[in-house]
Amino acid sequence: MEDGRLLEWTALALGKKIQAHEVSVTEAVEQTLERISAVEDTVHAYVTVDGERAMKRAEQVQKQIDDGTLRGPLAGVPMAVKDNLCTKDLLTTCSSRILENFVPTYSAQAVENLEAAGAIILGKTNMDEFAMGSTTETSYFGPTRNPWNPEYVPGGSSGGSCAAVAAKECFFALGSDTGGSIRQPSSFCGVTGIKPTYGTVSRYGLIAYGSSLDQIGPIARDVSDCAAVLEILASYDKKDSTSMMRADTDFTSALVDDVRGMKIGIPRDYFGEGLDEQVREAVMDAAEVLREKGAVVEEFDLSLVEYAIPAYYTIASAEASSNLSRFDGVKYGYRAKDYDGLHQMYKRSRSEGFGAEVKRRIMLGSFVLSSGYYDAYYLKALRTKALIKQAFDRAFEKYDVILGPAAPTTAPKLGESLADPLKMYLGDIYTISANLAGIPGMTVPCGLDDKGLPIGVQLLGNCFQEKTIIRAAYSYECSRAKLAMPGNVQQAMTGNAQQAMTRNAQQALNGDGQLTSNRDGKAVESR
Amino acid sequence: MKQYETVIGLEVHVELATKTKIFCGCSTAFGGAPNTHTCPVCTGMPGSLPVLNKQVLEYAMAVGLATNCKINQYCKFDRKNYFYPDNPQNYQISQLYLPICHDGGIEIETETGKKVIGIHEIHMEEDAGKLIHDEWEDCSLVDYNRSGVPLIEIVSEPDMRSAQEVIAYLDKLRLIIQYLGASDCKLQEGSMRADVNLSVREMGAEAFGTRTEMKNLNSFRAISRAIENERERQIDLLEAGKQVVQETRRWDDAKEYSYAMRSKEDAQDYRYFPDPDLVPVVISDEWIERIRAAQPELRTEKLIRYREEFDIPDYDAGILTSSKKMADMFETAAAICGKPKKVSNWLMGETLRLLKENNQEPEDMRFSPEHLAELIELVDSGTINGGVAKEVFAEIFAHDIDPARYVEEKGLKTVSDTGALREAIAEVIAANPQSVADYRGGKEKAIGFLVGQTMKAMRGKADPGMVNRLLKEMLAE
Amino acid sequence: MANVISDETMEYVGILAKLELSEEEKRQAKKDMERMLDYIDKLNELDTSGVEPMSHAFPVQNVFREDIVTNQDESADMLKNAPAQRDGSFVVPRTVE
Repeated sequence: MEDGRLLEWTALALGKKIQAHEVSVTEAVEQTLERISAVEDTVHAYVTVDGERAMKRAEQVQKQIDDGTLRGPLAGVPMAVKDNLCTKDLLTTCSSRILENFVPTYSAQAVENLEAAGAIILGKTNMDEFAMGSTTETSYFGPTRNPWNPEYVPGGSSGGSCAAVAAKECFFALGSDTGGSIRQPSSFCGVTGIKPTYGTVSRYGLIAYGSSLDQIGPIARDVSDCAAVLEILASYDKKDSTSMMRADTDFTSALVDDVRGMKIGIPRDYFGEGLDEQVREAVMDAAEVLREKGAVVEEFDLSLVEYAIPAYYTIASAEASSNLSRFDGVKYGYRAKDYDGLHQMYKRSRSEGFGAEVKRRIMLGSFVLSSGYYDAYYLKALRTKALIKQAFDRAFEKYDVILGPAAPTTAPKLGESLADPLKMYLGDIYTISANLAGIPGMTVPCGLDDKGLPIGVQLLGNCFQEKTIIRAAYSYECSRAKLAMPGNVQQAMTGNAQQAMTRNAQQALNGDGQLTSNRDGKAVESR
Repeated sequence: MKQYETVIGLEVHVELATKTKIFCGCSTAFGGAPNTHTCPVCTGMPGSLPVLNKQVLEYAMAVGLATNCKINQYCKFDRKNYFYPDNPQNYQISQLYLPICHDGGIEIETETGKKVIGIHEIHMEEDAGKLIHDEWEDCSLVDYNRSGVPLIEIVSEPDMRSAQEVIAYLDKLRLIIQYLGASDCKLQEGSMRADVNLSVREMGAEAFGTRTEMKNLNSFRAISRAIENERERQIDLLEAGKQVVQETRRWDDAKEYSYAMRSKEDAQDYRYFPDPDLVPVVISDEWIERIRAAQPELRTEKLIRYREEFDIPDYDAGILTSSKKMADMFETAAAICGKPKKVSNWLMGETLRLLKENNQEPEDMRFSPEHLAELIELVDSGTINGGVAKEVFAEIFAHDIDPARYVEEKGLKTVSDTGALREAIAEVIAANPQSVADYRGGKEKAIGFLVGQTMKAMRGKADPGMVNRLLKEMLAE
Repeated sequence: MANVISDETMEYVGILAKLELSEEEKRQAKKDMERMLDYIDKLNELDTSGVEPMSHAFPVQNVFREDIVTNQDESADMLKNAPAQRDGSFVVPRTVE
């Protein structure tokens, strides 16, 4: 096997070659680990890489493949896990100092499902601390950089997972999405990600941020990989009371290139003030591709969009303030060195252990739940949530899919966002409602802006209708050239990675290479 | 001095008799080494999630129905947020907004007559872990074995006016819950805990005074003393022109006083909100009816039945039904041997005596009703006599031995061989000429001494009736 | 309507949340919180009277476990990450009783 070529394949393509014994699992893991060591200095997608563990696991999985006990499409495929999912015997930090030394003795159900399917965990990916942030800059272990241009952020909070997929440091990754944390960084990194319907993937072992909003999902290189991973992730789990018993989790059956008659609604409210013009164009072009393929596309008013963010920050902060109270230096994690008595131990451990953004949200959450404010803030937000859900219910009476941008802009530069948290929160405007309503959403790459940064189109479906959005996304993907992934040129792995990646992005933008932007509105057949 | 009235409401915590904890599959058994009954859920590990134990809900419903409460057919769990090391998540899962039961009450009877004590609500919640304080190293050790053990909290209305009423209420509550099998309700072991909310007001006043909450009351005696003490403390404050501060106080029974549990770090603002990790419980009419139908016979019904069925005195029926364990023992043993009156005598006599001697409650009885029934048979068939039976019963009480085998092994059977007995009697007559002379001289009582001597010689293994008969016969010769 | 958070409130919330902020952090947190609350006040534009607060997006209900012991002694695992432990227990600064 020629060095590096293997890394170009999708997860399903690699899985097939492994089953066919054309590639060994060890080979796949080795090459991905090499890739990681080549680009990590630049990207910093991982908090922890455990090559030894991965190699050991590769041998076991290879044996099971050889004796025919593991036949799944992702058996032997190297992948990464966001660092807020517990992994047995593997450091799990939430990118926080307060968990800097936490080694779980159990794995998240989602992780168990993947390991049972033979996927190989390479390591844990960086994230905004406790998934609070939209840039992956609030990580205690330093920011992750956007593989398309390391001066820019990868988005967040699943920025490490999305960057790892984009930089080919794994074949797919797990993320979590509380207010857009899979869909927004997928958009910024030019990869595909799904936030499933609430309850589809067990939350057991996911370190909670906003429990009523959190959902685990796949991040991958294309729609097919995403569907295949989600098929494995989805399971009813009696350890999670909010887990849903679903019969329709054969998501790969929806990989059909046909959208004739599909009704697609474009919410006018998503195209108002604050939306970058290039993003608007790219997203509208994507809608046009689907219209040309036979979908019925029309604009409509979703309503209440501007209320989603205040409702979200109230609910998520309130839940977080309670969820994060267990980090107190008693049972696990960081304990301050100097303290006088119990309460000071609590305060010092938490104040030294949590970063600024986390503390900000814990304070806000504690305040809105405190005596005298509960009704005015928390209950008001839950009522607003009910209204937002109703707005989606009405929309889905008319449309199969709601199509819009995943974020108002492409990735901002490092350091630009944190100065003004409220502005950063406003960037979540298109993704947050899906979490409030519990509905599935996915991001698919749809172009690059003039800085060479990826743009994503977001597809939202009604509850339990992942298959509809997967079908729409797959049809769209079939009709546009895949985005050239950054760093897929050899230079990225040797010499100056930063330059190489930027150059690659430039080439892609110029149409010099594999990328064809469909900004001219024409679908470009790639298959 | 003005006349004051004491107003008391109780918050009673009862540990439910489930096999597992309320939100995880850990055992609730007592006495394990520290943290051996724990898992990620009940130690608050990151990413762990609670799932409700159905039996907890059904016990709570049963208690609610037995105390005439209405069942909330849509109920939810809320998080009560506060930091303390015995509370691993730093929030306790409890119920504030929609508790399982509400608006009930039970009737109590005291010297002043009958009275209904209202029950405001009953809610389900999880217990905390245990802290052991190290005197030497200035630290505390945390054991989460009790963390997550299911509790119900029964909140009364402020309807009680004296310690006597409080004890009557607690006693009634305890019996109801024991009869339901929902808990063993032991105050000493902490499976039933009562916090006393108390205020005083001038006799005849409408408005309630400021109340305090008293914790750490581990016996009925402690409760009575704490009530008396707190009533006096509050009256003294008011008489001195001071105010009662609304606060939580801790009772120290050894020192017989209470002190405020105040700290600036305890804001007492619990920030309750619905627990997003748990889903609502919806209870159908059918479900309620099913629980109601499965309700065992409670004490009042049992009392009536005992009077009708067993021909035992009211007083005895009262004692026998004063504990579920006692009533079960009585009914089972009576059913086996068919002699309720005799079973009752053993329980009312020797059993109560031995319990008292060992400082135990009826719930602590460890012997089987089969062995008691068997003992009664042994006596009735003349296999052993009454004195031996008492000795055997002590063994049954302490070690639950099989009486038939025990009697056999120890050779305690009554000697029915009159030859051996006549020999013994002859020796006694020969050895006690004075008593013999007294008897023959008309002192009938003297025979008692001779019977005793004969029993002694037989090492108790003779039927005293037969000894008496043979003695008279031989003395007449 | 601009929200103004007093220093006392910040102190109080700090006690609830068990966070000890430096003066600079406190100043910043106060400012951030006021801005966020102003923003959250936007919800007051909405008439939500008669709307039931929605905790869960879907009407899932009655999820139970049976009362069966499934866990063995896991104490070693539970204590594995303890910052301080002794005799099978977690060690904390002495709690005042």
